[in-house]
Amino acid sequence: MHSEFIKGIRHGIPIALGYFSVSFGFGIMAVRAGLSPLTALMISATNLTSAGQAAGVSVIASGGSLVEMALTQLTINIRYALMGISLSQKLGDKFTFLHRIFAAYGITDEIFAVASSQPHNLSPSYMYGLILAGFSGWTSGTIFGALAGSVLPQMFTDALGIMLYGMFLAIILPTARKSLKVLFVIAAAAAISILFRYVFTEISAGFSVIISAVAASAFAAAIFPLKEEKE
Amino acid sequence: MSIAIYIVVMAGVTYLIRVIPFTVFRKKIKSRFFKSFLYYVPYAVLSAMTIPAVFYSTGNIITAVIGTAVAVVLAYFDLPLIVVALSASAAALIADFLI
Repeated sequence: MHSEFIKGIRHGIPIALGYFSVSFGFGIMAVRAGLSPLTALMISATNLTSAGQAAGVSVIASGGSLVEMALTQLTINIRYALMGISLSQKLGDKFTFLHRIFAAYGITDEIFAVASSQPHNLSPSYMYGLILAGFSGWTSGTIFGALAGSVLPQMFTDALGIMLYGMFLAIILPTARKSLKVLFVIAAAAAISILFRYVFTEISAGFSVIISAVAASAFAAAIFPLKEEKE
Repeated sequence: MSIAIYIVVMAGVTYLIRVIPFTVFRKKIKSRFFKSFLYYVPYAVLSAMTIPAVFYSTGNIITAVIGTAVAVVLAYFDLPLIVVALSASAAALIADFLI
């Protein structure tokens, strides 16, 4: 139990470092939009999501309606629903309803990525370790960014922007090397995503990720279903 | 309008999106298609989020491409996540210095 929590924290360190850099940027942005550092911190602590928060701040800054706020969050964050379903299949017996209610708070792109790449079922302690690490990085980065963002040279904040993507690549590529099916899924999702970025530009980034992922995964599941014994 | 109400709506919607599917799907899914689909989803999501966004992540396509190339090579050789992530960042920073 205890060691599972520590293991979660350990696996969460790269996430925390990546989050620190990204939320540092969010802190800078929120203060520039006229929010106080404390408000920025509150948003980060209650939302724990990058793209949704950035969009939320612009809704606040422009005095948008609450319906607009709700729809914006729904569009950008609906991918978490997909991740939640996927993760729900990996939960061990210790994951009671109550644990699911708490752990759901911490379903983010990166925590999902690390959790779903674990070879075993997930325990609540492990998830809480991961979430605590991510939460610490995310909130501390926000407050540092909000208070001291203008001090760090832009060259450094720019270079930090690539960290989380480096982590994503480190998660998907080792499997792609071993499995042609996974390589196909990765290539198909990337191709559709590129199409949205440059051709169907009216589709928002949040929807683009959902459509690309669902289309590529469904297509692959239809033509390359997993063998039955594969769990 | 009070900022607190915005934050409540924002956090509430985001939490509901996370908690509903996570608690509703309690049984193991049997369908072979759906199981395969869910197995592929993480790779597809991460790929779609990374490409092409990674090339714009540093504010300069050249440094981003260099950082990405370093990440791809190190990831291919199965190095730990943090090593890949920090090396990509360092490569982009060094590239920025040299350009």
